[in-house]
Amino acid sequence: MPKKDGFSAELKKNKILFLMLVPTIAFFLINNYVPMVGIYYAFTKFDIQAGLFGSPFVGLDNFKFLYQSNILWNITKNTILYNLVFIAVGNLLQIFIAVLLYKLSGNVFRKVTQTLMFMPYFVSYVILGVLVYNLFNYELGFINTLLKSLHIQPLDVFNSPQLWPVLIPVFYMWKWVGYGTVIYLATMLGISSEYYEAAEIDGANIFQQIRYITLPQIKPTFIILVLFALGSIMKGQFELFYQLVGSNGNLYITTDIIDTYVYRSLMFDFDIGIGAAGGLYQSVFGFILIITVNFLVKRRNPEYALF
Amino acid sequence: MGLNMQSKYVIFFNILAYLFVSIMTILCVLPFLIIISGSLTDNTSIATSGYHLIPRVFSLEAYRTIFQFPEGILQAYAVTGINTLVGTTLGLFFISMAGYVLSRKDFKYRNTISFLIYFTTIFGGGLIPWYIMVNNVLKLHDSYIALCYPGLMTPFLIILMRTFIIHSFPDEMYEAAKIDGAGDFRIYRSIVLPIITPGLATVGLFLALNYWNDWYLSSMFISTPSKYELQFYLYNMLNSYQALNQMLSGSGASVVINPPSESVKLAMAVIATGPVLLLFPFVQRFFVAGITVGAVKG
Repeated sequence: MPKKDGFSAELKKNKILFLMLVPTIAFFLINNYVPMVGIYYAFTKFDIQAGLFGSPFVGLDNFKFLYQSNILWNITKNTILYNLVFIAVGNLLQIFIAVLLYKLSGNVFRKVTQTLMFMPYFVSYVILGVLVYNLFNYELGFINTLLKSLHIQPLDVFNSPQLWPVLIPVFYMWKWVGYGTVIYLATMLGISSEYYEAAEIDGANIFQQIRYITLPQIKPTFIILVLFALGSIMKGQFELFYQLVGSNGNLYITTDIIDTYVYRSLMFDFDIGIGAAGGLYQSVFGFILIITVNFLVKRRNPEYALF
Repeated sequence: MGLNMQSKYVIFFNILAYLFVSIMTILCVLPFLIIISGSLTDNTSIATSGYHLIPRVFSLEAYRTIFQFPEGILQAYAVTGINTLVGTTLGLFFISMAGYVLSRKDFKYRNTISFLIYFTTIFGGGLIPWYIMVNNVLKLHDSYIALCYPGLMTPFLIILMRTFIIHSFPDEMYEAAKIDGAGDFRIYRSIVLPIITPGLATVGLFLALNYWNDWYLSSMFISTPSKYELQFYLYNMLNSYQALNQMLSGSGASVVINPPSESVKLAMAVIATGPVLLLFPFVQRFFVAGITVGAVKG
């Protein structure tokens, strides 16, 4: 049977179901698939009058510029390194806290602290920006007021790029620790209590129980989360970086990621071609990474494959 | 004997757990306290002695200042509130229909379409082609639609909804409903929707939170200040001064750039976040449900 018949037959049979999907299909077409045509901008010197296909074609010039100016190396390095820190430290911290919450004795304490640690997730990044400013403001900031009262030299955080590879992960942890803990704690709560009862009879202490029962049981969740995160390692936490650093050029060397660079190309430098090239580079490189990760995982252990 | 050792370990573990969890919790909460206390501090006291956890000189001046001329913030509140309401309602409608159709085993293209939705998370044209699409092709610049439509759905929420529906809805129920002569939309409206209310609440809250906290869309598409979303209104107000202060901070020049005063900024932050923080303890279980189901993968 020819394919076309199959589709129209299905369309006829499930007319209503297709209709119900129309908003979704339209959304992803407009938002994701049609704009892919605009990838062409990456190869042009953008001219607003001439439009997409009227702008002069410049081949790989935009990519060459990014490469030769060292920008590409810097933003790629920052994007990947920050993400690796987020993945490694984030997951370990979340697992650690989840284990503590899971096994500690007080139910009320667990509930209250879990709720409070979840709170930062609900706050907008603008508020996080306010917060960081008020913590670190040179003259008035909370931290510097504290340092001054201890007769320690105040920190000039907004002119010290070397401090940010620590500060950004700290605030990332702050924002996401509760969220990740929720996932791990839920997984732990799904572990059958029989394991622990048996272990206790065998004389295993609480640390041994965690080591030999809890941790192995959450391994699949851990692996899935890490693989997902590795798959999107080229995507930066735009809002986090932008709200903390904004357009403070002093800090770009250690804080600029692909997403912030592309955003500024668009909004401040009006460098459409260069920005589009940066975005396309991110997309293609990221895509290749995901496919590779997925391929390797599938070969080793198909259960963990992303798709 | 052994048992005794075991309980010693339990005590040791609990000391460690209470200590560490308490410290983490304090670190998570402290920033909120600093903001709230700063908003209640007399502004000249901030200028002379900086921020403290407990206000040196207590004052409601900041809130009074804001509510003397509340038009700006009320306008931003209205924009954000209406946008959140409209976006969440429409998004919920579209996402639940999509989740329903994609969960139907007798719908031939459900895997193809699911994959096409998922594919957008691993490959795309990037920010700039999308921006030009919205701004120049759809001509949504400075339009409320540009604040609303991009947040209507995400692949994650569609897949989450589909998972919710599959879990609460065995396939035989469709069969039974069909035999009873119910149409596809009828089944969705009268059978599926009532059963998946917890799922609707979860997805709806994720949508609402995203709308409420958005500043990004305003920053890109809106040029009329009266159309700013709340978070961007706040951002805009703070940033003009903050950027200047940051640049000048280390230079030794003693700059006093006052308006809006520090405490007013913080009071604005409290007002912009207040509703979320007041509501969240009551709705967090829905987020927990969503995060848990979503992470385990549909």
